[in-house]
Amino acid sequence: MAKLYSRRKKSKKEIKPNKEIVSFILSYSKALNIVKVNNFTFENVVN
Amino acid sequence: MASSVQIPDAILLKNYIGGDESCLQVLIERHQSKIYGFIYSKVPDRSVCDDVFQDTFIKVIKTLKTRGYNEEGKFLPWVMRIASNLVVDYFRNNKKMPFQRETDEYSIFNFMADSGLSIENKLIENQVEFDIQRIVEELPEDQKEVVKMRFYDDLSFKEISEITGVSINTSLGRMRYAVINMRKIIEKNNIILTN
Repeated sequence: MAKLYSRRKKSKKEIKPNKEIVSFILSYSKALNIVKVNNFTFENVVN
Repeated sequence: MASSVQIPDAILLKNYIGGDESCLQVLIERHQSKIYGFIYSKVPDRSVCDDVFQDTFIKVIKTLKTRGYNEEGKFLPWVMRIASNLVVDYFRNNKKMPFQRETDEYSIFNFMADSGLSIENKLIENQVEFDIQRIVEELPEDQKEVVKMRFYDDLSFKEISEITGVSINTSLGRMRYAVINMRKIIEKNNIILTN
């Protein structure tokens, strides 16, 4: 098999958001309730 | 885990809109690295990135819950576009920078330097480039082709071998002979290539 002489790309370390941020987003999603009544949109965030 | 990877985004989104909150977690886990990496490439500050990431998903959640998202199999590009817009907003909001007026004690040129080449060095550089181009033109056609593709077109040897229809080793061999021949031309004509 032919060798590859092209420049190898530097392996990128995966960066991820803070776990607390993800946890907040998931909690926010669970707490958020959006109701549409005619032309009005009501957002309820249940604690 | 393996089963969740196989579920397409479209189905996860449908289930999420239908009330299955766990689908959002799968979607975030699947795409967080790409989205966060994209934001980080624009704003290399972890705390700002976290804020933008959070705001992005708040927008995503609101849009999904109001059923404002039209599923066309492009969930990730859509989220990326939201993130991109929020990055632009961040830069807009942080545009206001402290203003310094130039005085006798304070000159902007004390802090700024021209990193470019001087006129003399630029002339030398142009001359060197011109000489190299002339030397390359003297090479046999197959060697010239490899040198141009590698250095001017920035192609890898693998790509060169695919385009020219020869093996990588042949391309490398041509490059080796090209370098040897160029050295010979330089020595023969007493060309000085320095900057």
